[in-house]
Amino acid sequence: MIEAVNLRKTFQDKKRGEVKAVDDVSFVCRPGEIYGLLGANGAGKTTTLRMLATILEPTEGTARLCGQDIVEHPERARQYCGFLSTATALYPRLTAYEMVEYFGRLNGLDSATLKKRIDEIFDRLDMNGFRDRRCDKLSTGMKQKTSIARTLVHDPPVMIFDEPTLGLDIMTARTIIEFIRECRDRGKTVIFSTHVMREVEKLCDVIGIIQNGKLLAEGTIEQLRQKHGLSDMEDIFVKIVTPHYKEAV
Amino acid sequence: MSLRNIGIVYRKELTEALRDRRTLITTFLVPLLMIPVLGAGFAGVMSAVIGSAKKEKARVAIVGGEDSPGVVAALKRNAKLNVLAATADWRNQVVGKEIRAAVEIPPHFELDLGQGKAPTVTINVYGGELKSEMAAANVDSVLKEYRDSVATGQLVANHLSAELLKPFSVKRLNIAPPEKTAGAFLGGIIAYMLILMCLQGAMNPAIDLTAGEKERGTMETILSSPVSRTHLVLGKFLLVVTASLVTAILLLFSVSVSSTVLQKSGALEQMADEGEPIPQLALKPAAIASVLIMTVPLSVLFSAGLFTIALFAKSHKEAQSYIAPLMFLVVIPAISAMLPGVDLTPKLAIVPLLNVSLLCKELVTGEYHWNYIAIIFASTCVYAAGALYLAVKMFQRESVLFRS
Repeated sequence: MIEAVNLRKTFQDKKRGEVKAVDDVSFVCRPGEIYGLLGANGAGKTTTLRMLATILEPTEGTARLCGQDIVEHPERARQYCGFLSTATALYPRLTAYEMVEYFGRLNGLDSATLKKRIDEIFDRLDMNGFRDRRCDKLSTGMKQKTSIARTLVHDPPVMIFDEPTLGLDIMTARTIIEFIRECRDRGKTVIFSTHVMREVEKLCDVIGIIQNGKLLAEGTIEQLRQKHGLSDMEDIFVKIVTPHYKEAV
Repeated sequence: MSLRNIGIVYRKELTEALRDRRTLITTFLVPLLMIPVLGAGFAGVMSAVIGSAKKEKARVAIVGGEDSPGVVAALKRNAKLNVLAATADWRNQVVGKEIRAAVEIPPHFELDLGQGKAPTVTINVYGGELKSEMAAANVDSVLKEYRDSVATGQLVANHLSAELLKPFSVKRLNIAPPEKTAGAFLGGIIAYMLILMCLQGAMNPAIDLTAGEKERGTMETILSSPVSRTHLVLGKFLLVVTASLVTAILLLFSVSVSSTVLQKSGALEQMADEGEPIPQLALKPAAIASVLIMTVPLSVLFSAGLFTIALFAKSHKEAQSYIAPLMFLVVIPAISAMLPGVDLTPKLAIVPLLNVSLLCKELVTGEYHWNYIAIIFASTCVYAAGALYLAVKMFQRESVLFRS
């Protein structure tokens, strides 16, 4: 369960002064649901998700991951979530196994549990062929699998994906999409951001449309279609965002 | 404070560091090889130059002197001089280093001697050039001997005692213990090298663990793990300190081995002047141990400082360009400590780096001023703690971690 309550984040920019990256955003994602955060580049998706993952601290407002407040107990909240984005790279000089093991240990798993979990994940993701290969020698697909294993090692109830398919080829992107679906089927709370409409249509149970740091619309695909009288997701998005769209200066 | 988490971070960083070729070279290879290579090169060149200069029969031209056969003969008798008749361009020959010196003897030189006119003999040398200076010194001593013999002759001719010329004699004796004579020189160099190695050993890991992590995109990955940022920064910092200390220890090891080898090789006997005691380079275990203890707060200071600076950078290259000017800040006090006459005073004892360099210089020579040792150890600890606090604080700042 993720509950975002009036999240706000402002940055100081030398040229533009104070920038409201996220402006009073509230939403709820439930277990067994995929929440899609849809927005153009610079809309505030990444900042929102980074705040949920406690990588950034909110200027105002807060959020709770499974009841843990991200501002008061960021370290505890992090134990409940797995965070994956195209920016979360692997340590090049560690092997795939060591990489996953490191994150397992940081999540407080003891050696016996850790070994069992890693073996299980490596079997399921078919990673045993490259478990002792260094991460800088892995192919993109292998790297993605290792990243997935890294987020799964402590079996978190909340999964946060920040544009996870950005820049990946179709086959690798499919692995990720499959994985996201699997997370939902296992009853996890999933939130992910994207600007690819097809992914939204295929995956999301609830959609939030964000622009200029504001959450402009929220609902299931059906609800959005009915409300705006359009059937194509892209048309709906454009209709909602256009009045607020300012090209980034 | 969870030691477990700091330990996990440290172990992982250690694994990675031991697989990083750049870190391996700067931490292990450089300190081990620098001293023998530099030392052997320096000692080899020095003993070769000094040895050949001492053996050389210097070519010296005599300008004039046709009417003064006595002084010319005295010069020709000296075994270390190869006396030639001057050609017209003797000045160019000295400047061109074809001959080492030219001795100008004025006309009627010997004739004037008996008449109290005190003529002047000029020795033309190439100033600052070792072989020329040595030839001139030989000429000088021949001329002084000749002057004495002339004076003695005149005294005898006037029925006076030759002892009037030397009412007393002067003798200089070096009674400093041999290890201190060498220590004053060696201590400065060791302190300089040590400071440089401490910094050099910390540099690559400090960059790799901060800017390098940003550059490779792993910063966001690690920040999403439950480890607290304080634990993360401490684990990383400990690895940087380890690298710095290992580098310093290997340097000291290499210094003591090379100095012992050098001592036994006999190169020092060649360098020492005849009659002077041979300098003792081999370091005493107590000196090594005390220098090592001073190295600990120094390593912490460097590691925390470099860590903080490198943290601001977004890439390895950017970090290096920030750190390059820092090298000068460190090298200047380290070099000042090598200068003769710069000694520890209460004021200098709180100047960071300079105090440690000066103290190391003293420790190597076997002097232990406990009050200075306490002040310097304590003040360096304070600077180190300040730098570490800054590093931890900076690691909590989003504007530093996510600088764009």
